Amino acid sequence: MRVIIPSSLRSYTAEESEVEAQGETVAELLKDLDRRYPGFRFRVIDEQDALRPHIRVSVNREIISGLAARLSPDDEVALIQAYSGG
Amino acid sequence: MKTKIANTAAAVLVATRKGAFILKGDSSRRSWKISDPIFLGHMVHHMVQDPRDPSVILIAARTGHLGPTVFRSENYGKTWAEAKQPPAFHKAPEGQKGRVVDHVFWLTPAHASEPGAWYAGTSPHGLFRSEDGGKTWEGVDGFNENRERPNWCGGDPTPDGPKTHSINIDPRDKDHIYMGFSSGGVMETKDGGESWRHLIKGLDVVGGFNAADPRIHDPHCVRMHPLSPDRLYQQNHCGVYRLDRPSEQWIRIGRNMPKHIGDIGFPMVLHPRDPDAVWVFPMDGTQVWPRTSPGGKPAVYATKDAGKSWKRLDSGLPKANAWFTVKRQAMAADDRDPVGLYFGATHGEVWGSVDEGKKWKCLAQYLPHIYAVETALLPR
Repeated sequence: MRVIIPSSLRSYTAEESEVEAQGETVAELLKDLDRRYPGFRFRVIDEQDALRPHIRVSVNREIISGLAARLSPDDEVALIQAYSGG
Repeated sequence: MKTKIANTAAAVLVATRKGAFILKGDSSRRSWKISDPIFLGHMVHHMVQDPRDPSVILIAARTGHLGPTVFRSENYGKTWAEAKQPPAFHKAPEGQKGRVVDHVFWLTPAHASEPGAWYAGTSPHGLFRSEDGGKTWEGVDGFNENRERPNWCGGDPTPDGPKTHSINIDPRDKDHIYMGFSSGGVMETKDGGESWRHLIKGLDVVGGFNAADPRIHDPHCVRMHPLSPDRLYQQNHCGVYRLDRPSEQWIRIGRNMPKHIGDIGFPMVLHPRDPDAVWVFPMDGTQVWPRTSPGGKPAVYATKDAGKSWKRLDSGLPKANAWFTVKRQAMAADDRDPVGLYFGATHGEVWGSVDEGKKWKCLAQYLPHIYAVETALLPR
């Protein structure tokens, strides 16, 4: 499926703003992204498997709250830098 | 393998809230050139060269959005690679709340006999060790997972989170380590981190707290003298202290500083050869704790007799209306003769002295908020 990458993570994706990855859940998708782009996941997910405080995930432009959310191959997933300043 | 640099340049590694910079000096250390930003926009808490292999430099970084990591260079900072496994706590058992590293705060190369080994201190309190030059990190479980740890530290955390810092390795014994905890006091291990004990006797605490409770002690910066490792100095939230082991009683040598200046501050810098000579950078710790230069007149204070007497060193520094704040990692000495001193302030200026503090000169301006400065040797 198509994954939209925020600017802060493009150093991992060779500056690509959109990449392809797979997974039946958001958690699996992030593991696949880490396989393709080593180091990616830990910048987004902490060691207790929670999303970092200023990262959001949207599926088909709806913000989801849990990493267990189910995904379909034709979904569009975006990782978003939440507003954390003015 | 240790790399010998034929023609070296003095350098200052500057860590800031918005990236890292390298200041490189000429042979006389009078002319300095600032690099382009390294990891612009990243919060860099510490940038440290490996004295055992000077081509290696480590950076502790995170961004506002992304989690903490360590970057490493093997070519004096020309190119960088990220750690494969940054410092992280163990995942908590199901149903329990686990700890999360917010940022890596402190980096220290391990003992000279352990090439490639490093220690990292984190916020919240945590101690991590790398055996491979910073590529992968593992927690020191004797500290991080110790059941007594909540009784040791973190009782009155500093505003930006509790910090494990001031990792001092005894040059005579790789397993003998002193560390500082804000809050949590000073601790010592003699077995490489398996067991720990406090060294807080003689240290004052904020009025109303119980000085016997280590969790509220706040050493800002602890330094062990490399040539006389039984001598330690400390800039604490409540004064400047010296400890001569085997004694466990800290002596408040800051009481000998002028009363109108006080002995509050963040950094503590030791002369690389003379165990009796240290420098501090006092700040205003009165009323609401502005943490700026007392009276708007920045000055370094130096002692050459282990704290019996102090001398004000402010030649070249602004004489008035200068409200510097210098953080605990943001002042350092080189090992040349005479010793070069450097400090970075939160308003983005780096100042230096090539004569042990007698005269100061601004080396760089307009940098972001400076968190740390460390000296280094780089190829010309």
